[in-house]
Amino acid sequence: MSYKFDTLSLHAGQVPDSQYGARAQPIYLTSSFVFKDAEQAASLFNMERGGHVYSRISNPTNAVLEERIAALEGGVGGIAVASGQAAMHLAITTLMGAGGHIVASRSLYGGSHNLLEYTLPRFGITTTFVDPRDIDAWQAAIRPETRLFFGETLGNPGLDVLDIPKVSALAHEHGLPLLVDSTFTTPYLLKPFDHGADLVFHSATKFLSGHGTVIGGVVVDSGAFDWAGSGKNAGKFPTLAEPYAGFHDMVFSEESTVAAFLLRARREGLRDFGACLSPLSAFQLLQGLETLPLRMARHIDNTRQVLAHLSGLVGGTVEAVVHPDLPDHPDHALAQKLLPRGSSSVFTFNLNGGRAAGRKFIEALKVFSHLANVGDAKSLVIHPASTTHFRMADEALVAAGIHPGTIRLSIGLEDPDDLIEDLNRGLAAAARA
Amino acid sequence: MEINVRGQQAYVYTGGKKTAIAATTETTAGPRVDHQPLVIFIHGAQQDHSCWGLQSRWFAHHGFSVLVPDLPGHGRSGGEPLLSVEALAEWIVALLDAVGVDRATLVGHSMGSLVALEATARYPERISRAVLIGSSLPMLVSPALLDATRDNEAQAMAMINAFSYSACSQIGGNTVPGLWLLGMNKRLMERQKKGVFHVDMNACNAYVRAPESLAGIAAPLLIIAGQQDRMTSPKAAKALLALIPGARLVAVEGSGHALMAERPDAVLDALRDFIAR
Repeated sequence: MSYKFDTLSLHAGQVPDSQYGARAQPIYLTSSFVFKDAEQAASLFNMERGGHVYSRISNPTNAVLEERIAALEGGVGGIAVASGQAAMHLAITTLMGAGGHIVASRSLYGGSHNLLEYTLPRFGITTTFVDPRDIDAWQAAIRPETRLFFGETLGNPGLDVLDIPKVSALAHEHGLPLLVDSTFTTPYLLKPFDHGADLVFHSATKFLSGHGTVIGGVVVDSGAFDWAGSGKNAGKFPTLAEPYAGFHDMVFSEESTVAAFLLRARREGLRDFGACLSPLSAFQLLQGLETLPLRMARHIDNTRQVLAHLSGLVGGTVEAVVHPDLPDHPDHALAQKLLPRGSSSVFTFNLNGGRAAGRKFIEALKVFSHLANVGDAKSLVIHPASTTHFRMADEALVAAGIHPGTIRLSIGLEDPDDLIEDLNRGLAAAARA
Repeated sequence: MEINVRGQQAYVYTGGKKTAIAATTETTAGPRVDHQPLVIFIHGAQQDHSCWGLQSRWFAHHGFSVLVPDLPGHGRSGGEPLLSVEALAEWIVALLDAVGVDRATLVGHSMGSLVALEATARYPERISRAVLIGSSLPMLVSPALLDATRDNEAQAMAMINAFSYSACSQIGGNTVPGLWLLGMNKRLMERQKKGVFHVDMNACNAYVRAPESLAGIAAPLLIIAGQQDRMTSPKAAKALLALIPGARLVAVEGSGHALMAERPDAVLDALRDFIAR
């Protein structure tokens, strides 16, 4: 007996509560937990028994979320944190300190780019950005102090498909782990560990939650990377393979062959940086996860119908549609291999007519919500040239891979006929601009 | 720490605390005196020391010296996996010799429980007491699983995960926050060298000891059995109990075969009551 994905989405990590038999996951909204006796208290602090002490470090509701996402990803465990940004920060700071270097895809979410390009360098961690499709560029960027490869399963904004098998193989050849941001794909569409990734994080705010109600993040460890290895890995990860004075000289890789990363991330990262998730938010994320397979299937199905419609308009009001499931996308073949269930319900298309057309399009929509988020049950839209990138001149936009008429859609769960009718309304307005 | 056992490097976890036993590879003097009683934890097939984390830490921090080896060919230890339970029992005694200690308590799980049993029967003067967790005699392995360990390790690992954990543990609810037990065990098995799995399972399957030979065991002996264990059933544990005079049995409700992970506190409590009181 071992359970499949849809069953795990509903059940993993959660046994009915022992006191009242509550079927839904109780929300343990408590800062701290009463010790049974002095001996048990000491045992908890010294990792001789499992359990909860203080909700910044762990909490029973959060622990269910952590187990569930680990089960869905096929990892050894997870850590729930306050946001996707906190998840990325926790993953990086668990692996390296000042002097560390990252090789990252240049096709990243703006928040991730900010952290790597501007903020972490203030703390001595630097990043070289590379074209994710250019494996030679990844290799050329490796330095003796490199500690991590990083990319998004689907890059921003062109939905470049990260060639996880190829990039992870190169990373491993150099004794390095691959961290991926799996927010757009979720384990329903892609399980990065099956293809060689070592660590995964999500902005759980998006599809995992699914309802646009809560900010949260999770980081999951595959347990496959040998932090204390004797080959090219040797000496690279002292945070995991050497005594940690901050926790009784614990050597995490000796404590657990497969969970060393998670032990350190919780006992240092959550303890000291403190970006913990509220149990109330964990409960809402669990509610979302229960329907993840159903929602993702519908997101993808609706997206296919919208893609078919917009593709039929190319040459008229629509200049181009950018989606890996379409045969003209540069990563179409790779998407077929890594993402057989479909790639994404977030994608862009370009309007003919530039910024003015973009504005008119957005203003005419009735069903799509104009806002800065993706992965909601409701359909969302944004026009980068008039919002997130409004300060940039047209030429600079194009250099960043964004057309003045680029529209980003996040296709929700509404009736696809209503979505298509709404898009037609916008396209008609854009044509008049 | 690293220890040289019979000329081969072995990794031994010491419960997160420097042990009072100062092993050196050049030891030539006779057995040294160690003031703390020694407990050796012996892992099962296709595992390493890290299955004993919580329990071994408790003993290391409560007045015991603790040695938790990666058996030869497993985890960080060098060499090839040993072919029989008898050879593993000899290796455990060689480990005792290597650290210069006369007597120790053995705690073994699954294949490791057979190693503990065999060492206790062979060397009554070296083994002061023994704990057999998830044990049976014989420990026959189904032909389908045995073949899979040879021909398709990934399939064998999936079978182990499907059979080793109780229905409850298949859902999760781990005592240790955030760790998914089935994922942990899958990855730990995958981390072992190719070929180890079949050698280990073969050793379990082939182990024979005449039941009447157990009647002479004088060392106190405890059996810990998972009530939902489908690999070594509670019934098999009772049959083993009946063969060993004075042995005791603790049955752990809600646990399958992976007792230290599924019910870590119940296992620790049983060990503590037997060894530390």
